[in-house]
Amino acid sequence: MSEQTTPDPQATGHDSAPGPAPTQVPGGTSSEAVASDVALDTAGGQMPPSAVPAATQLPSRDKDGEGSVLHQIFTGNAMVSFLSVLLAIVLGGILMAVTNPKVAVTAGYFFAQPGDLLTEVIRPYTALVQGSIFNWAGADLAAQLYPITETLTVATPLICAGLGVALAFRAGLFNIGAQGQIIFGALFGAYVGFAWHLPIGLHLLVVILAGLVGGAVWGGVVGLLKARTGAHEVIVTIMLNYIANFLLLFLLTTPAFQRKGSTNPISPFLDSTALFPELLGPQFRLHAGFLVAIAATAFVWWLLNRSTIGFEFRAVGANPSAARTAGINVARSTILVMAIAGALAGLAGVAQVSGTEKYLSGGVAASIGFDAITVALLGRSTPWGTFFAGLLFGAFRAGGVAMQAQTQTPIDIVLVIQSLIVLFIAAPPLVRAIFGLNPRKKKTTTSGTAGARTGGVKSGAAA
Amino acid sequence: MTLGWDYPLPCRRQRAEADPYTHRLVGVLKLELKGITKRFGSLVANDHIDLVVEPGQVHCLLGENGAGKSTLMNVLYGLYDPTEGEILVDGKPVVFKDPGEAMAAGIGMVHQHFMLIPVFSVAENVALGNETTKAAGLLNLEATREKIRRISDQYGFDVDPDAMVEDLPVGVQQRVEIIKALVRDAEVLILDEPTAVLTPQETDELLEIIRQLKRDGKSIVFISHKLREVKAISDTITVIRRGKVVGQADPSASPTELASAMVGRSVSLTLDKAPANTGEVTFKVRNLTVTDHNGQHVVDDLSFDIAKGQVLAIAGVQGNGQTELTEAILGVQPHVAGSITLGGEELLGKSVKHVLGAGVGFVPEDRTLDGLVGTFTISENMILDLYDKAPFASGVGMKPGVIAENAARKVEEFDVRTPSVSAAVGTLSGGNQQKVVLARELSRPLRLFIASQPTRGLDVGSIEFVHKRVIAERDHGTPVMIVSTELDEVLQLADRIAVLYRGRLVGIVPAGTSRDVLGLMMAGVPAAEAEANASAHASGATTPATVSEPVGHEGESHV
Repeated sequence: MSEQTTPDPQATGHDSAPGPAPTQVPGGTSSEAVASDVALDTAGGQMPPSAVPAATQLPSRDKDGEGSVLHQIFTGNAMVSFLSVLLAIVLGGILMAVTNPKVAVTAGYFFAQPGDLLTEVIRPYTALVQGSIFNWAGADLAAQLYPITETLTVATPLICAGLGVALAFRAGLFNIGAQGQIIFGALFGAYVGFAWHLPIGLHLLVVILAGLVGGAVWGGVVGLLKARTGAHEVIVTIMLNYIANFLLLFLLTTPAFQRKGSTNPISPFLDSTALFPELLGPQFRLHAGFLVAIAATAFVWWLLNRSTIGFEFRAVGANPSAARTAGINVARSTILVMAIAGALAGLAGVAQVSGTEKYLSGGVAASIGFDAITVALLGRSTPWGTFFAGLLFGAFRAGGVAMQAQTQTPIDIVLVIQSLIVLFIAAPPLVRAIFGLNPRKKKTTTSGTAGARTGGVKSGAAA
Repeated sequence: MTLGWDYPLPCRRQRAEADPYTHRLVGVLKLELKGITKRFGSLVANDHIDLVVEPGQVHCLLGENGAGKSTLMNVLYGLYDPTEGEILVDGKPVVFKDPGEAMAAGIGMVHQHFMLIPVFSVAENVALGNETTKAAGLLNLEATREKIRRISDQYGFDVDPDAMVEDLPVGVQQRVEIIKALVRDAEVLILDEPTAVLTPQETDELLEIIRQLKRDGKSIVFISHKLREVKAISDTITVIRRGKVVGQADPSASPTELASAMVGRSVSLTLDKAPANTGEVTFKVRNLTVTDHNGQHVVDDLSFDIAKGQVLAIAGVQGNGQTELTEAILGVQPHVAGSITLGGEELLGKSVKHVLGAGVGFVPEDRTLDGLVGTFTISENMILDLYDKAPFASGVGMKPGVIAENAARKVEEFDVRTPSVSAAVGTLSGGNQQKVVLARELSRPLRLFIASQPTRGLDVGSIEFVHKRVIAERDHGTPVMIVSTELDEVLQLADRIAVLYRGRLVGIVPAGTSRDVLGLMMAGVPAAEAEANASAHASGATTPATVSEPVGHEGESHV
C-alpha cells in the first residue's frame, strides 16, 4: 500500500515540532484524507496497516527517518564491512596488476618463474603496509615507526569528522555537511590560535573550544532549519558546504586572516601555545590531537549508550513517532544532535590547524568531510567502529604516498580501493554471494522424489 | 463481442472441462494437503499438516498469530517449498515452483498486505503480469476493463476499473485483489487474515462476497483468528496450534470452545469484572475542538467526564476523531481549543512530557509506529518515557543495571514471552509487544489511563490478558478511557460508552446498551432515536427508512 512505500514525508512531518496534524495513518496523503473526510464510509478505508499483527508487518515497515536502505547500509553487520575491505583490497590488487607494465612482462614468463608475477602484484601492497604501519627497512627505530605515526596523524581528523556523521545518523539525520563543519571549526580555531595570545595550556583549550563552537554553529543551523521548517538536512548541509568553503576562501584574502606580507590566501602560523603538543618528539608529526580523537570516541560512546541525551537521539533516529509519543522533544533532539555532530567535525578542523597544518589555508578540510561519510559508513555508525574505520583510511592515505614513491603505483589506486569498499558495503547481498554466505534460497529442491515429480506435473500445471 | 465474453465464467468452465491436459473440472476443484511440514532451521512452522478443501466450501484455518497458518498457505501458493509432504489437486500430486504455477492450477491468494501498485488504476493492477496486447505491442486494457466490469457486476463489487488504487478505501482494494484472482480463473481463493484491515461494515460486505463466491462454486480458504467471522462464514474449521492441526471444529461450536482449541487451554471470553466502584470525577474534557490543517473540525465540541474507578469506552467507526481526541489529550495535536483537566490541572497546551508526568498512561493505537522503537531492546522500550527519571537515570547518565533489572521484573509480571530482555522488541509477536507497552504504561502511578485499540491484532490469549490488566487498573481507582472500534471490546470493558461520529459526541450511554442501538449511534443516529429504532426492529414492526445498517449487525447475529 502507498503508506508503506512512502516513509519520508511522514518522518519529516514528525520531526518538526509544529508539524502537520499527527494522525493514525503513516503517509502524508492518507492522513490528509482522514482529516478532511471523516465520512462513515470512506473513513473506514483509512485503517492503518497496524491493524494487522505487528510481528508480521515489521519487515515491511520502516521507522527511521531516512528510508530503510540507507539505514541498513549504515548499520549493517560487521562481517560485511570486513569482507568488503578484503574484497576491495583483492580487486585493487588485480587493478594494480593489469595496469602495471612490469606485470605484463613477468606474465610473459609466468610458467618459468611464477614468483616474479606474484612479487609484482604484491609489491605495491607491501609498500602500502611499509608506508602505513611498520617500515622494516628503516635505518633506525624512529624511521621504522614513522609510518604508523603518519597513519595516526592522518586518521585523527577522519575519526573526529566520522564521529560527527555517525552520531547524526544514529539520530536519523544524514549529515553530509561535515566538510563545512570542519571548515568552520578550523576557521574559529585558527583565528583564536593566531589572533589571540594567551598563556600556554589555556590557549590550546580556548582554540579547541572555539573549534567546537564553530562546528556546532554550522551544524546547529542545519538542525534548527530542519526542526523549525522541515528543510531536508541533506540539501541544507550540501549548500552549507559550499557557503563555508567560499567564505573561507574569501576570508583568507581579508587582512584579518591573510598572512602579513603574503599574497597567498593563507593565514599566519598559529601561536606555539595554540598547537597540540607533539607526542613523540619533533621528528614525527603525530600530535596530541589523536588523544583528543580517542577521547571524543569514548565520549560519543558514552553519549549514545549511557546518557539520556543519547537515548533520545537513538529513539528519535529509530522511530521519531514513538519518541514523540513518549514525551521526547524531537525538535530539540534534532537541533542538539546536529550541533554536537558539528562540534565533532569542528574538532577535526582544530586537529588540522592546531596539529597537522599549523596554519589555515583554503585546502584545510581537503576531502576529509566526504571521507568521513565513508568512515562512518564502514564503522556502521558505531563510535568504535568509526574509530577503527578512521584508522584504516588513515593507513590507506599514509601508505598510499609511500606506495607511489616506491612502486610508481599511482596514489589514486587508494581512492579506488576506498570507493570499492563503499560500493561493497552498499551491496551486502553481493558480498555475501561472493563469499557464499547468503541464506539458502527457498527453492532448493529438498528431495529427489519431489524433484522428479516436478517434471511430471509441470506440464499439466502449465497447460 | 462474443457470447463467451458475456458469460465469461461458465464459458471458461466448459473450456476447462474439455482441457485434455489438466483433466480437472474447474469449479469443483478439490485441494488436499498431505503431511505438509515446513522447517526454518530448527523452527518447525508446519508439522505434518493434513488439510482437505472440498469444492464449494469455505474452509477456515483458525489459529493464533504465529501458529503457522500463513506459512502453510505460502507453501500452498508456491512461495515456500515444503520440507516434506505433498499437495494434491483433484487427487493428483502437484508441485508449485512459484505463485504463477499455483495460479495456473486455479489457486488464488489475497495477501494480508495487498500486492497492488498504488499509482496504477484498477485495470492496470489487474492486468499486471497477465497483460494482453494489441497490434504493435500496445497494452490492451479494454479486455481487462471488460472482465473487471463482468466480475464486478456478477458479485456486486462496485469497482470502477479506471479508479486509481491509492484513492480506494481498503475494503475496495481488497476486492481488487479478489478480482485479480478471479480474472486468473482461481477456483480456490486463499484469504489471509482478510478482515484484519477492515471496519465492521467492510467485514460484513466481505463475508457477503464470500458467500456469493461459494454459491458460484468457488472454494475459499479463510485464515483468521477472529471467532465471530469464522463462525459466521465457515463450513469446516481446522484449528492449528503451534504448527500442528489440533482438530476440526464445527461452526456451531461456541466461541469459547473454539478459542480454547486455538489457545490450547480454557479461556474465558467473557470478562469477570466487578461492578465499577466509582469515585469522584477527576478527568474532565470541556468543549474540546481539534482543527486539522485544512481547517476541518476533526474533534468537534466534545465534553465528557471520567470518574475514578470507571471505564469510559469511546466507540465509533475508525476515523471519526478518536485518534485526534487521544492525541489532543496527550498533547501532540497542534490546533486544539477547549479544556482538558486532570484533578483540576489544565493539561491543554502542555508538552507530552508534562502530560505523562502528570500521571497519564497512554497506549497508542499503533504500537509499532507510536508505542515502541522496534530496533530498541525490550529493556529500553520499557523505559521509553521514563529514561530520564530516577531510578533509571541520575543526571544525564543512565543506569543500565537498573534498567535491565526493571525489564526482567516487568517481563515476568506481564508474561512477555522473550528469550531475553535485550532482544529487540521488533522481534516479538504483536501480543508480546503490546504487553511491553502495557507494562511500561502501567508501571508508574497513574491518575488517568488511556488505551487506544488495546487489543488490535492480538490473539485470544493476549486479549484476555490485556483486558484483565485494564480492569485491574480500573479497580485500582484510576479513571480509564478505552478507544476501540471493536464493539465486542467496548461492551466487555465499558462502564459507560461514548459514541463518536464525525468528531462529535453522539451520546454517552450505559454499559448495557444493545449492539443494535450502538450500531445506529455509530452511524450518527442520536441515542434516543436509536433506542426507538432498535426496539421497533425488535418488535418486528415496520420501520420507515432506517438511517443506516447497524454496524456489525449481521456479523453479531451469528454468534
